[in-house]
Amino acid sequence: MDAAESLQSDTLVRIRDLHFSRGERVIFDGVDLDIPRGGVTAIMGPSGTGKTTLLRLIGGQLYPDRGSVQVDGEEVPALGRAGLYRLRKRMGMLFQSGALLTDLSVYDNVAFPLREHTELPESMIRDLVLMKLQAVGLRGARKLMPSELSGGMARRVALARAIALDPMMIMYDEPFTGQDPISMGALVQLIRLLNDALGLTSIIVSHDVQETAAISDYIYVISRGKVVGRGTPEQLRNTDSEWVRQFMQGLPDGPVPFHYPAPDYREDLLRGGGGD
Amino acid sequence: MLDWIRRLGAGWIQLFEKLGRGHLFLWKTLVGLPSVLVRPRLLLAQLFSVGVLSLMLIAVSGLFVGMVLALQGYNTLVDFSAEESLGVMVALSMVRELGPVVTALLFAGRAGSALTAEIGLMKATEQLSGMEMMAVDPLHRVIAPRFLAGFVSMPLLVAIFSAVGIWGGYFVGVGLLGVDEGAYWAQMQAKVDLHDDVLNGVIKSLVFGFVTTWIAVFEGYDTIPTSEGVSRATTRTVVHSAFAVLALDFVLTALMFGDN
Repeated sequence: MDAAESLQSDTLVRIRDLHFSRGERVIFDGVDLDIPRGGVTAIMGPSGTGKTTLLRLIGGQLYPDRGSVQVDGEEVPALGRAGLYRLRKRMGMLFQSGALLTDLSVYDNVAFPLREHTELPESMIRDLVLMKLQAVGLRGARKLMPSELSGGMARRVALARAIALDPMMIMYDEPFTGQDPISMGALVQLIRLLNDALGLTSIIVSHDVQETAAISDYIYVISRGKVVGRGTPEQLRNTDSEWVRQFMQGLPDGPVPFHYPAPDYREDLLRGGGGD
Repeated sequence: MLDWIRRLGAGWIQLFEKLGRGHLFLWKTLVGLPSVLVRPRLLLAQLFSVGVLSLMLIAVSGLFVGMVLALQGYNTLVDFSAEESLGVMVALSMVRELGPVVTALLFAGRAGSALTAEIGLMKATEQLSGMEMMAVDPLHRVIAPRFLAGFVSMPLLVAIFSAVGIWGGYFVGVGLLGVDEGAYWAQMQAKVDLHDDVLNGVIKSLVFGFVTTWIAVFEGYDTIPTSEGVSRATTRTVVHSAFAVLALDFVLTALMFGDN
């Protein structure tokens, strides 16, 4: 039994035979995934493969056409509104944009889930908010409004908010997109640190291969609705699959062609006529 | 030809789908209203941005509408030596028609478009999704207080619009054109009926408030989350509200005053 299998023995999210389409477009065509408890699992793949959609399916914001999505033993699509909301209180999600409430300050944003879901006195909420902000290094920024934050800071505030209710898992939607090297480094470190310090389970959806591979225990690579590669970062780097290698090494041409399908170049140029 | 028929059919299906979504949305919002009453602070903030911030526009517009009404009315009435009825004319026009209708149109332009844009942008920046993932229902937290604020604000704004308009009419009629002050107020007092005129105006304002706010919050919630989508939704709010208000005004007027 290798390391990955032993981790899977305690699975937090179990996805089986997942089918999902938007209109005519098939997004998932029979996906099987296991997210082990306590680890950092990455889901990677090219843009437009439905990685964010997968997080929304796990969070119950979308319903699969077929198949099973289980979180902590509960079948998510079968949950009613109350059950779903109860489950979501134990999940955190970090959106690509941060999704901070723009009319609330940093402090109030982090306090938001606490005020909505607990009856704690304001003094205790203050302590909790400051602890969460301290964890992401932004205790001093608590009076700022979201419009005054840089992209990286906004994501860290959103991270503090996501851990406000001490969830069992956090889902990260493209956490590294558009970050400068310093805030990228800070985020990479934070995700791993928080996961280990708080005993979380983390799911990272990303196409930033290097950063994600650096902190992941296990990686799934998705393309065209199917899981095309899985393994530890080390296993995937030495994979036999040409496709996975092209993706992991960021090669411009390979099984995924550089050119979008088009008629013959020469014929196309010689055809003449106006723009079409 | 077949393609044309197909497109026509698709258009109708889309329309009915949207109507269906709109009504489901309304139902869920109404279910969420009790949660607003538990937290009056949310409602107060919205009453301020929807109602109080519209106040200046409504008051100034009311003043000018009343003044124009008095000028036009005087010119017509004076030919029949009936200029003493100017107060009644201004008051009835304001209370029965112009108050509710013009206020609703201005409200859709000022507050309705702002509501749509705000909610649409919240959707585009994933704030609504974020709330859902925090197990907070945006229909209860975001939509319901805005809806209630619009519904409550409208009759109050209409009352202010009409009152300021009648005062504007007084200013022009009595102050500038020399209509007898006593006649202006006394005839108004005698002829404007609390039930037939004022109450019907209030009913209109409640209906318009309900419909314009519903359109505004729904368009925001149903928007395609892009900048173009938000811009279109905002336009639709103003256009659809205007149509709805004018069409409903006819229906309500026919029901209220049709058999006189």
